[in-house]
Parts: sequence; structure tokens; C-alpha cells
Amino acid sequence: MSIETCTNADCSGSGHGLLSPAGLIAQIQQDHLIQTVLIVSVVIVPVFIALPLLLWRYRLARQNVYSPEWRFAWAPEFVIWGVPVVIVGFLGFSLWHTLHRIDPYRPLGTGTEPPLHVQVVGLDWKFLFIYPGEGIASVNELVVPAGRQIAFDITADGPMMSFIVPRLGGQIYAMAGMRTKLHLIADAPGSYRGLNTQYNGQNFARQKFELKAVGPDEYRQWVRSSRNGPALDMARYAALAKPSVIDRPLRFGRVEDGLFGSIVAAYHTADRQPGDRLSSAGDTHR
Amino acid sequence: MSEELLYWLAGDLRWSDFPPKADMIATIAALIVVAGAIGVVATLTIARRWRWLFDNWLSSLDHKKIGIMYMVLAFVMLLRAVIEAVLMRIQQALSVNAQGVVSADHFAQLFSTHGTIMIFFVAMPFISGLINYVMPLQIGARDLTFPFMNAVGLWLSAAGAAILMASLVIGEFSTGGWSGYPPFTELAYSPGEGVDYWIWAVTLSSIGTTLTGINFATTIYKERCEGMHLFRMPLFCWTSLCTAILMIFAMPPLTVATALLALDRYAGFHFFTNGAGGNMMNYANLFWLFGHPEVYILILPAFGVWSEVISTFSGKRLYGYASMVFAVMCIAVLSFTVWLHHFFTMGQSTNVNAVFGIATMLIGIPTGVKVYDWLLTMYRGRIRLTAPMLFAMTFLLCFVIGGLTGIILANPPVDFQVHNSLFLVAHFHNMLIPGTLFGMIAGYMFWFPKAFGFRLDERWGRIAWACWSGGFLAAFMPLYWLGLMGMMRRTAISFEAAYQPWLNAAWAGAALIVCGIVALGIQLVVSVRRRSDLAVPVGDPWDGHSLEWWTPAPPPEYNFARRPRIEDTEAFTNAKRDGRAYHAPPSYEDIEVPRNTLIPAGIGAAGFVCAFALSWHIWWAALLGLAAMWAGVVLRSLQGDTERVIPAAEVQRQNEAWLDCARQTAPVTRFAEVERINRGRAMETT
Repeated sequence: MSIETCTNADCSGSGHGLLSPAGLIAQIQQDHLIQTVLIVSVVIVPVFIALPLLLWRYRLARQNVYSPEWRFAWAPEFVIWGVPVVIVGFLGFSLWHTLHRIDPYRPLGTGTEPPLHVQVVGLDWKFLFIYPGEGIASVNELVVPAGRQIAFDITADGPMMSFIVPRLGGQIYAMAGMRTKLHLIADAPGSYRGLNTQYNGQNFARQKFELKAVGPDEYRQWVRSSRNGPALDMARYAALAKPSVIDRPLRFGRVEDGLFGSIVAAYHTADRQPGDRLSSAGDTHR
Repeated sequence: MSEELLYWLAGDLRWSDFPPKADMIATIAALIVVAGAIGVVATLTIARRWRWLFDNWLSSLDHKKIGIMYMVLAFVMLLRAVIEAVLMRIQQALSVNAQGVVSADHFAQLFSTHGTIMIFFVAMPFISGLINYVMPLQIGARDLTFPFMNAVGLWLSAAGAAILMASLVIGEFSTGGWSGYPPFTELAYSPGEGVDYWIWAVTLSSIGTTLTGINFATTIYKERCEGMHLFRMPLFCWTSLCTAILMIFAMPPLTVATALLALDRYAGFHFFTNGAGGNMMNYANLFWLFGHPEVYILILPAFGVWSEVISTFSGKRLYGYASMVFAVMCIAVLSFTVWLHHFFTMGQSTNVNAVFGIATMLIGIPTGVKVYDWLLTMYRGRIRLTAPMLFAMTFLLCFVIGGLTGIILANPPVDFQVHNSLFLVAHFHNMLIPGTLFGMIAGYMFWFPKAFGFRLDERWGRIAWACWSGGFLAAFMPLYWLGLMGMMRRTAISFEAAYQPWLNAAWAGAALIVCGIVALGIQLVVSVRRRSDLAVPVGDPWDGHSLEWWTPAPPPEYNFARRPRIEDTEAFTNAKRDGRAYHAPPSYEDIEVPRNTLIPAGIGAAGFVCAFALSWHIWWAALLGLAAMWAGVVLRSLQGDTERVIPAAEVQRQNEAWLDCARQTAPVTRFAEVERINRGRAMETT
């Protein structure tokens, strides 16, 4: 992200996060947010109206009607229990429906193209992206074709992290020895901020990346040019996995076979010590 | 000296762990703590108050004094945690594409101590203190069922707070946040004393709170005066009961979670480690099995305070008492069914997420009902906007906004986006500041005249209200927006220029909150100076409804000369109406009260030594501390003579002095309740 000056339009927050969805998932999320706010307003707006009114009408100095012993009536009771019950019923239905539409584990029902598979490894303090289909990998830069859904497999080699691209959707945790899934899509070409949201040490705030959605030709070209990069073998991975901040994105032209699987599996072998990473050789975290 | 001998003696503690520290701000903070401690000791010595302090306070088992000590602890810790909050706000406002004023690591310690202190050492002591003071009076009891255990609970909490203060001077605190999520808090990623400080401070507090919860519940079940059926208890007692039940069932999972984490760190276990079969998901479940009911532990007593404040200052009975009780019970039960909404993003199945999301929204129903019950309580009332009532109004307006954002967060589709973001931070501060903290401040202002015999200055109370309310809105409403813009919590630096104006507003809000705290301090000083003008010796300045107002201000240590017998929820109101509120009872009896003892304070001190030594691996001192704690418990069980008798003649003398005072005091109407002529004998005004 480059340093920008804050113009009036920019400061309002348009163009950021959930306020400016750029993909199907984020759009559904924003719609759901707005719908929820509107439905709940039915119960909260009356409070904003009634409270000042009550304060005015029944202030001591006004000596209005006074019923100190009045303590219960069925009519208001039905309303104040009934209306919230109906509203929560409505909200519950809408929650169930929307949640199943955007189940992070389920492929999106859009387009005819098969999804682009990307394997994400959360490292201290960067993200490694492996493209198993293309046999390439990158760090802190995720280039994808716009309009084609991306199927992520996510793990971590370090403490727990959480993976999100706010304008597209997410998030889901990245946990060592485990594999979570997420499906996203970028509707149009553009550059979108992605980041880790779970605190994992002093450079947590610097663990961010750029997701670039590009046209199909540009994507093919990017893959081709990436092939010129160095190979990501075990030794290079071990160096990469050490805690560090990567200022400029890296690209790898070849990836050791089954790297993602072995990163996940490594935490399941008996001889691993607690908290070891693949790159355990003498690193310190802080 | 050899390394081994040094380790045997001092564990991992070295001179380099003492100030000065690498960070200038951290050094200043450490010096403030040291100077504060020296200042307190010097003041007590110069004023020759040590004996007074030990005899009247530190050794007391009186529920009222323990309640007040809890509140003092809460206010002291509040001061520190708010200063940390302001520092964090300054840092975030100055670190958009810049470095700011503190290092990332120091920032992480700040948010970890801020959260830990605010939850465990501000909100919890506030709640325990207020319930301690008010609940036994409201049910017409002489004390809690277990006065000794009550004091042990207080001193364990104080020991935990002392660990937090020690961590500011010696070594460093955890950077793992108030929830201490492994695997980050495991040795592999967080070596050093920080996480251990956190574990033991929280463990001390959670054990103390469990004991307190057992005590509150037993007291409400067993110590009610004659005629005080459960459904005649003031609503504050109901919320206290629900809180106590939640404490009993919710604190043990926390104690277990921190104990398992300690086993991982100290003994090489693998409960939550990345490898060797550990699984941090178990920690998340255990922690939030505590953490979610904890939210209701914090908010329910405040609901009780709001019920008392709104009904008293509207001059009305509470609307929908049974409905309110039912709602509170619903909330208490449902609070155990929703913990998973703290980690919708952990990858479980969509159906599981949906069920927990809907369960969470269900809690919104009884909570919404309560808001409307309070509004209906004001309907056709005689409303006076005194300082506690002003806080109640801010609460009602802000709380529905918090309710809305709570419903939003309960929806996994949106939570996926705003989880871990400032939207979440804004939401829980929205519930905890106008809800819990304002509730505690209102309760403090409401019952202060009862506890100390004089009212608090009204003008400074209103100034404090204005600063707190404005400060809260300015500090936290922008965070909602920032969260929607994608700014995450716990970030020491950020890279989006668009965040800047919102962060500036939040910073200004935090500054205004500091003004609110200063105003509260000034209010206290002004009121103490004017205490003879503000005195309310008769004890009923607000035309109260429940039994605590039917005692002198301050009440005698045995609370009631004769325990009352009641026939209605609003027994005192009826007595006043019938003109028999200040009649002498037919006879008096000897009253037994617990003798003072220093054993609970000793247990707390030993607990501190044990926790501190464990954090630094000084094994001999840890064993010694643990042994001393047990020795205290054993010693107590060997004591036979733990009660003291106050003879009937003395009770009669004190009670008749109070009744004389009441009869000689001119009753005041509600129009004059903040005037000088209010000496604590309220008169019903129509």
C-alpha cells in the first residue's frame, strides 16, 4: 500500500473494507449487514424516540399524571416480548440462509471455469502463496484472474493467524497442523489489501499483502514470468519460514512437490517438539 | 556466585529486569508505581495511620468494609488501565504510516495489561464490591454467610492486581492479549516471564471470584430475612444471584484453561502446543466457556443497579418485576450456550455456526425486554435527572446501539468480516462502558451516601457524566467505522491515511474520558470537604424502596438492630407511607459479629509471593508461599473463638440515637433532594 493523502472522499472510508465490496462474497456480507441493521431498527428506533419524550413529559417539575404503584399490564408485555421474538425469528431465518450461501468451505456457484487453487501458508510475518496448478509460489503478493473464483487451502507454520481480504471476503483462521478452506472471487480487476488479523508477535501489523486481480492474459503472463524465479525447495522454505518482514514481494518459479502437505503433516509426526516449525534451527521469535 | 546457585536463589530474576527499562515510557511508568507505593507508605507513617488501617480495614470481615476495599482496588486499577488506553489511542493516532511513540512490543503489553486489568481487576472488583456492600443490606442480612471466605476472595483478587503492578516494575508482561491465546502464549513463541505473570494473576483472581460467587449465592439462599421470599427481593439481588451462579459455573473453566497452559509452559505438557498432539482449539473452547458467561457476570449487576436507580429516581415501582426476573434468568442460562460465537472463523461447519449465531441473537430478546421495562418504569413517574439517573439515560441510549452491533456480530456472514477488527473492539466497549462501568459509577453515586453518611457533590457528578458520555461516544463510535473499513485490533501501526481522522476523534474521546475520571476525583474531594453540608445521617436521601435505606448512614456493623420482617417488595416504602418507618422495635438482642483477623490478608500476601516466585522460577519461594497459604487456612480452622458479641444495651443505645435523629430531622420532598436541607429523611411527594 502506498502512502496516500487523505482527500475528503477517501477519509469517509469509501473504498475500504466492507464499505466497498469488490467481490460476490463481500457484497453478500454487506447486504446482510444493511438488512440486519434495518430489521433491528424496528426495536431500537422507538427507544430513541420514547426516552426524550418520557423525560420531558414525566419530569418532576411538570407534575404530570403520576401512578407510583402501576407495575404491570398485559398489553405492553405482549408487545415487548412479542416483537423481539418475531424479529429474531426473521433474523434467524435470514442468518441461516445467507450463511449457507457464503459457506467458506463450499465452492461458489458462479461461472463455468474451475476454481483457481491457491495454498496459503501463514508465516511470521508474511503469507506464502503456492499455486499447485501452476507450480509457482509467491510471498506477500497474490495475483489472480478477475472473475474466476479462488479456492484457498490455508495453514500456518507458527502461531495462529487469520486470513482476510476485506473487500473480497473472509476471514478464516490459519492454524499449524490444520487446513482450513475459503472461497473468494474478485469481480473486477483491481488491487485489494489482504492481511492477518490475529496478533502473532511484534511485526503483526506488517503482515499484509496485495491481492491483484488481473485479466486472463495478464494473469498468464504473470505466471510465465514467475517461472523465471528461483525454486522453493526445503532449504529455501526453512529460511523463509524464520520470523521476518518481507518488504517486497517474492516469487518462486518452482515449488517442492507436496510442500503444503508436508508443512501441515510436520506437526503430526511424533518426534516434533512443541512449537517447532519446519525451520526450527535456532530461531528466536522476539 | 555460580550460575547454579544464583538460579537456585533468584530463579530467572536478574538486576537487568529492574528499571531503568529499554523504553523511556515504560521506565516512567515503573517509577510512577514505585513512587506511588513509597508515597502511600510515607503518608500512612506520617499520619500515624498504620494501626488504624490494620484494625479497621485490612483485618475486617465486615461485608461493608470488604465491599469498600474492593471498590478502592477497582478505582486504583481503573486509573492505570485508562492511562494505558490513552497511550494506545495516542500511539494509533500517531502511527498512520509512522512509528508513533511506543515500540510494537510495548504496545502489545499495553493492550494485554489494559484488557486483563479492566476485566479482572476493575470490573470484577467493582461488581464484587457493590454486591458485597448492597446485597446483604437489601435482603435484611447481618453479613454474608461466610465472612472469612469473603475476605479471602478480596485478598486473592488484590494479590492478582499486585502481580499486575509488579509486572510494570520488574520484567515484562505478556503480549498475548487478555485472552492469552496459545500457541502464541506457549514457550516456543513467548518465552520469559510475561505470560507466566498473566497466568498467575488471572488464576488468583479466578479462584477468588469462584469463592465469592459461592458466598453470594449461599447468602441469597440462606440469609434472607423473614418474609423476604425470592420474589420479594429487589431486582439487584436477583441480578446478584444470577451473577453468583455464573461465577460458580464459569470461573472453573478459566482456572482449568490457565492451569493447563501452565502445565504446558512449566512441565512440558502439550495441551495447546502446535506439535505433539496439542490443539489450541481446546483452549479457545475452554476460555470462552468462561469468557462468554463472564460478559454477563459483568453486565447483570449493572442491570440491577439500573433497575434500582431508574425506579427510585422515577419515584415508581419497577415495571414488570416478574418479567425482569425471568429475563435475567433467561440471559444467565443462555449465556452458557453461545461461547462459539467468539470464533466463528475457526473453520467449523456452517450448521454449527448458524446454531450458535441464532442462540446468540436469542439473548437479544430478554435484553430488549429489559430496556422497554425500564422505559415503562419511567412512564407516569416523577423523573429527576440526578447524576446517577443521567448515567442511566446515557446507558439506555448507548446500550441499544451496542445491542444492534451485538446482533450484527452474532451473524457469522458479517462476523467473518469484522471479527478481530475495531468493530468488535467498539462493540464490547459499548457494552462494558455504558453498561458495566456507568452502572458501577451510578451505583457508587447512588449508594455512597449510605456507605459514608454524606451525599456526593451533584455539580461535579454532572460534569463527570458529561465528560464520560461525550468521551465514550467520541472514542468508540469512530472505531465502529474503522472496523468496517478493515482496521484490525492490536495493530501498533497502520498504513491507511483514511484512518487518520477517525483515530484522531477516538484519541480526543479518550482524553475526554480522562477528564471524566478527574471530575470523579474532584467530586470526591469536594464532597469530603463539604461533608457536613451533605450529611444524610438518617440514611434515606433518595426516597428509597428497599431495606438498605432503612438503616442509618453509615449502617452499624451488624446492619439492623433487629432484622426486619417484610410483607412486600417495597417494604420500606410501605413503612414510610404508614408512618411507622422510624418506630423503635419492641426489644433488642445481643448480636454476634465476626472478629477481625489478619489471616485472609496473609493468605493474599502468600498468594502474591507464590505467584511472583512461580513467574520467575524461584522454586523455594513459590513452595513457601503455597505452604503459607495453606497454613493460613489450617490456622483458621483451629481457631475456636471467632465471634464477638455486641450486647443488646449497646445495640439499643445506637439504634435509639438513630431513631431520635430521624424524628428530629425535617422530611424533605424530592424537589429538595440535592439541596442542603436533605439530611436523609425523604418524604413521599405526589
